Amino acid sequence: MLEIRLHGRGGQGAVTSAELVAIAAINKGNFAQAFPSFGPERRGAPVVAFCRVDDKKINIRAKVYHPDVVIVLDPGLLTLIDPTEGMNENGILILNTKKAPGDIAALAGKSVRVVTVDANTIALEELGRPIVNTTMLGAFIRATGLIDIEDIREPLMERFGSKLGSRNMKALERAYNEVFIKE
Amino acid sequence: MAKVRKGIEVSIAMADAVAQANVDVIAAYPITPQTHIVEHLAEIVANGELDAEFVPVDSEHSAMSVCCGSAAVGARTFTSTSSQGLALMAEIFIISAAMRLPIVMALANRSLSSPLSIWNDHTDTMLVRDAGWIHIFVENGQESYDNIFTAFRIAEDPEVMLPVAVNFDGFILTHMIEPIEYEDDETIAAYLPKFQMKNTLHPDHPVSMGCFGMPEIYTEAQMQRESAIRESYPVILKAWDEWGKLTGRHYRPVETYRTEDADYCIVTMGSYGETAMEVVDSLRQEGEKVGVVKIRLWRPFPNEEFCRAVLGKKSLVVLDRAISFGGPGGPVASELRSALYQKEGAPVIVNTVAGLAGRDVSRNDFRKIILEGKAKAQRGETEGFDLYGLRG
Repeated sequence: MLEIRLHGRGGQGAVTSAELVAIAAINKGNFAQAFPSFGPERRGAPVVAFCRVDDKKINIRAKVYHPDVVIVLDPGLLTLIDPTEGMNENGILILNTKKAPGDIAALAGKSVRVVTVDANTIALEELGRPIVNTTMLGAFIRATGLIDIEDIREPLMERFGSKLGSRNMKALERAYNEVFIKE
Repeated sequence: MAKVRKGIEVSIAMADAVAQANVDVIAAYPITPQTHIVEHLAEIVANGELDAEFVPVDSEHSAMSVCCGSAAVGARTFTSTSSQGLALMAEIFIISAAMRLPIVMALANRSLSSPLSIWNDHTDTMLVRDAGWIHIFVENGQESYDNIFTAFRIAEDPEVMLPVAVNFDGFILTHMIEPIEYEDDETIAAYLPKFQMKNTLHPDHPVSMGCFGMPEIYTEAQMQRESAIRESYPVILKAWDEWGKLTGRHYRPVETYRTEDADYCIVTMGSYGETAMEVVDSLRQEGEKVGVVKIRLWRPFPNEEFCRAVLGKKSLVVLDRAISFGGPGGPVASELRSALYQKEGAPVIVNTVAGLAGRDVSRNDFRKIILEGKAKAQRGETEGFDLYGLRG
């Protein structure tokens, strides 16, 4: 089972990202859960969403405490939270930042694999707005190989419709290609 | 709707099930965390995908009043609520059962105020435990979807004619996206016959419902309700049995997991049963002889099935999701103690209340609850209940 935690701010679409990954995995015949950190939605406040994917039925009704993958949509959150909290060793941390994986001071000494992508720039260029939830999925797919780009296309297009969906797919594909993975 | 497996939010799947059940009237007032069900149903009706009346009422009290009126004329009727909404509709909720109106409710379980809380536990449903409704508890999205159909089948059976609540955990299920297998409309139509009520409110054939009752009649009227809910038991079994034959998904009033050779069991109700199974699997690998007993049917209470499942075990660790203030224990544990009283081979019961108002119960918490419960049973500490994770 792969457990994923997403950090974002209310309105940035962290929950949507979790949903799209879960639906893509379920459409492939796998089992998955996607759920928000339950509570009132507040635009701009730090929020967390969770996703689990497995090849057998998932029997856990609790939050994710030890994620294998953490995705941080908003670079500003790094000063507020420790995104590595509870992370499994060799877990993958995917950050939206212009910096290279080795240049994140806050993560010095942590035993996680850091993956970075300049999702803000990509989203601004492709969508005209710094909404990076779908863009970050490109980096996620590249870093984890859990699903393929083609697996996400159908749920994403269904979610956003053809016009907005195509632009989101383009941003996602760019992130897939432009991601920094520290080897 | 075709037979399909999809990743979908449980609330949406439940609303789709209500539409597939071809209801005539939906009356509901939105309340967290039930909102998505009602919103989606309003959309389905507004889009013309379902020929039904959606009555946007001004309160839950009105919602249940509309439901009573519509069920009384023989319309297939659905509502959904949660927490304070249920509390507000309590007056009519009780009357609906007394009037033998086969309404189906999706009850998204949530804590009651105060302090104001939108999160999940079972305090709302315990408020109406004795109202005379049939109460089913489900533990995942598939069971939520499936039991909308079984609920209508049970409620509308001429031998039953009682309202049915499908209890499912707020947020934990309402807001969860997971795989759910939809059945095709033909299967549903074959399973769920057209609702035909014997005695309906109709100007040409006047009947009285919910009349004034003198002391000479009240006792007998109560006994009729008691008989009706007791006699619903075989109908419930049959409804689940036939659903199982059609879909391969089987339901029982009490379900067990790895209990055959277990010395002791954890007993749960609702979605926590799944985490319990996961934790029992890992405890089994360490040599603990532990199993899970899940209460699916809360009313009518499945006394015999429950006793059959647990007699001969050393102890039960009963997990409650509500407090009965000033009572002898949590509502579920009190019920189980009563069911086992003076029975030969009855296990001792240790009661833990956990997960109030959405406080997460992780696998590690479950592990502690089970192992500490076992130790307490061995020490003979079986009075009252423990509030797990209490601070200060």
